[in-house]
Amino acid sequence: MVNRQVVGAHYGLRDWLVQRVTAVIMLVYAIGIVAFLLLASGASYEAWQQLFACTWVKVLTTVTVVALLWHAWVGIRDIWMDYVQPVGIRLTLHVLTILWLVASFIYSIHVVWGA
Amino acid sequence: MSKTRPKHLELWNIKFPVPAIVSGLHRISGALLALAIPFVLYALAGTLSSAERFDAFRACIAHPLIKLALLVVLWAFLHHACAGIRFLFMDIHKGVDLPTARLTAKLVLAVSLVLTAVIGVVAW
Repeated sequence: MVNRQVVGAHYGLRDWLVQRVTAVIMLVYAIGIVAFLLLASGASYEAWQQLFACTWVKVLTTVTVVALLWHAWVGIRDIWMDYVQPVGIRLTLHVLTILWLVASFIYSIHVVWGA
Repeated sequence: MSKTRPKHLELWNIKFPVPAIVSGLHRISGALLALAIPFVLYALAGTLSSAERFDAFRACIAHPLIKLALLVVLWAFLHHACAGIRFLFMDIHKGVDLPTARLTAKLVLAVSLVLTAVIGVVAW
């Protein structure tokens, strides 16, 4: 008989991996944007607008925003778990964080895909 | 263990090692960036809007306080990115020995501050 103490919610490894994969996605996107700003002939207002008029740029931007929000969720949740012990306050902060991130996602869709 | 072991709580003599400072600032800058997400999206919307709204947006970010806030967000991004790259290398066991870890921690602090200063001077 194995007396194994089962503790925790078992999302540790998954979130550790999510944090790194989303970080790499954001790094690649950031390098792309910086490369555009440095290389695209002064990166004028028109060139910037044309770039974000491309569907593939909108798709990659949205993918990066999802990665960013997921990354932010894991990070902010870790901060609340480290410093806020009372369950009620922590739950409230978790809900507020989710609302903040979901609202940011909807706004990002409006900004990237909207008129 | 002796019950009368000395306590050393002279806070002005206790210093965090550099890697701990980088790690702490990584967390602080991360929290700051999460708060900044909607505002950065608003800035992106401003750069993508029509010419007249773009001019209004430029007038809005011309305020020194807004510029200062943008610089803080820029530093937070650069520090978070540089420290994050350092942590990714440590995940694959690169630079985990103490001298290298201290050196790269100092590099992260310096590179993010210098880049913030350079971009700030160029873009102000």
